[in-house]
Amino acid sequence: MKKKNLSYIDSVHRDGRIWGIIVGGVIIAFPIVLSIIFGAFPNLSILAKGLLATAPMYWAVGIIEIFTYVPMLGAGGTYLSFVTGNISNLKLPCAIDAMERANVKSNSEEGEVISTISIAISSIVTTLIIIVGVICIVPLTPVLESPVLEPAFDMILPALFGGLAVVFISKNLKLSIAPVVLMLALFIFVPALNASTVGIMVPVGVIFTVIVARILYKKGIL
Amino acid sequence: MTFNANHPILFIFVGAIIALVLAQSFYFLFKSIKRAKQLGIAKETIKKTISASAIFTIAPAVAILVGVVALSKSLGIALPWLRLSVIGSITYETVAAGNALEAAGMSAATTITDPSIYITIAWVMTIGIAAGLILVPFATKKIQSGVNKIGMKDKKWGEIFNNAMFLGMISAFLGYVFCDVGAVISGDTSGLIPVCVMAVSAVVMAICGLTSARFKIKWLTDYALPMSLIIGMASAIPFNMLLGGN
Repeated sequence: MKKKNLSYIDSVHRDGRIWGIIVGGVIIAFPIVLSIIFGAFPNLSILAKGLLATAPMYWAVGIIEIFTYVPMLGAGGTYLSFVTGNISNLKLPCAIDAMERANVKSNSEEGEVISTISIAISSIVTTLIIIVGVICIVPLTPVLESPVLEPAFDMILPALFGGLAVVFISKNLKLSIAPVVLMLALFIFVPALNASTVGIMVPVGVIFTVIVARILYKKGIL
Repeated sequence: MTFNANHPILFIFVGAIIALVLAQSFYFLFKSIKRAKQLGIAKETIKKTISASAIFTIAPAVAILVGVVALSKSLGIALPWLRLSVIGSITYETVAAGNALEAAGMSAATTITDPSIYITIAWVMTIGIAAGLILVPFATKKIQSGVNKIGMKDKKWGEIFNNAMFLGMISAFLGYVFCDVGAVISGDTSGLIPVCVMAVSAVVMAICGLTSARFKIKWLTDYALPMSLIIGMASAIPFNMLLGGN
């Protein structure tokens, strides 16, 4: 798969596309294969109802996520994350933390490789943990479903973003005031904003913060 | 072939797809490590990135596993195993499967025996989130080169832009933590649980940061995020008892 005179980043894009098309094709082909082996076809009215309730929202979020997350994850990180999933609750925080500790920026080549390493490791570890879990599903089920532990698993996002917020807000105090105040106000006072709409608010937060940053930078405050 | 939601052939197909996805992760892992060495990134930094990322992943991965267990009651083990190892997220797959089950008039507690319904649900889960999967191979390069131009002209602005992006994303999730706080007025204090959990996690992170700076303990910063995550998650258990989630 090697060609001469290709920069690292270009080779990441080339390989990412090849892998993306192969893996994406296989994932989309899976339901077709199911139809062939079991000789059964989807029930179109249920399919239409199910998709109507799911697709419009998640296609919108999915398209927005690409634009928002590509600059943060880097190329290699993006190609991996969009195949392995769980981006905002796992891959992105993992990559941000890795870049922060290694003191590299996501728009540099050093940031690109650190982000890719951390996302690849995170994907591999997740896959392995799920494999072990699936093999031991019988003894593990009572533990994983115990009502005592349930609130802990439900609170993963607050527990994740509390820690991340401290790191980023303490380093960018002046810049963080406006977006944090805006988002708190929106989420507290607009009832439609909740767990399923937070995906739409991420780009709103990003664009707003970039505009505020630009104004503060031009005024010489940052 | 007679259908069964836990038919061995399902595990063979799902296992093969997951092996392919693992291969992709390993491919990019080796490729990026090789490049990191060429760029002169210290071996220690690479090692730390690997170990800290692995440790950080454990708690969220177990939470994903909980999603597999929950969905396996109606869908068998193979389909949730596939769906939660690739593309989606716990929140998405649970919603998509729930919507499809509801459209079929089924509950999440009974195992599906009708292959047609099973295949329909697999289609809903696959198509419902295919946007990213289809677009990423074609759009990533354009988006990345567009954004990189911003940082090229003015290096200082490039760095501020980078921080602003992360802060914007983090502030959206901070807002989300407060989304049910309004219900406190009507006497429902469960909306305060995520706020308290976030506060605990933030305090743990701050203590780790300050202690490691004061006493020069480097490993503390390496594992500060997983520590704040796990202690934050654990604190949800007493907060839930106090503020009454259920």
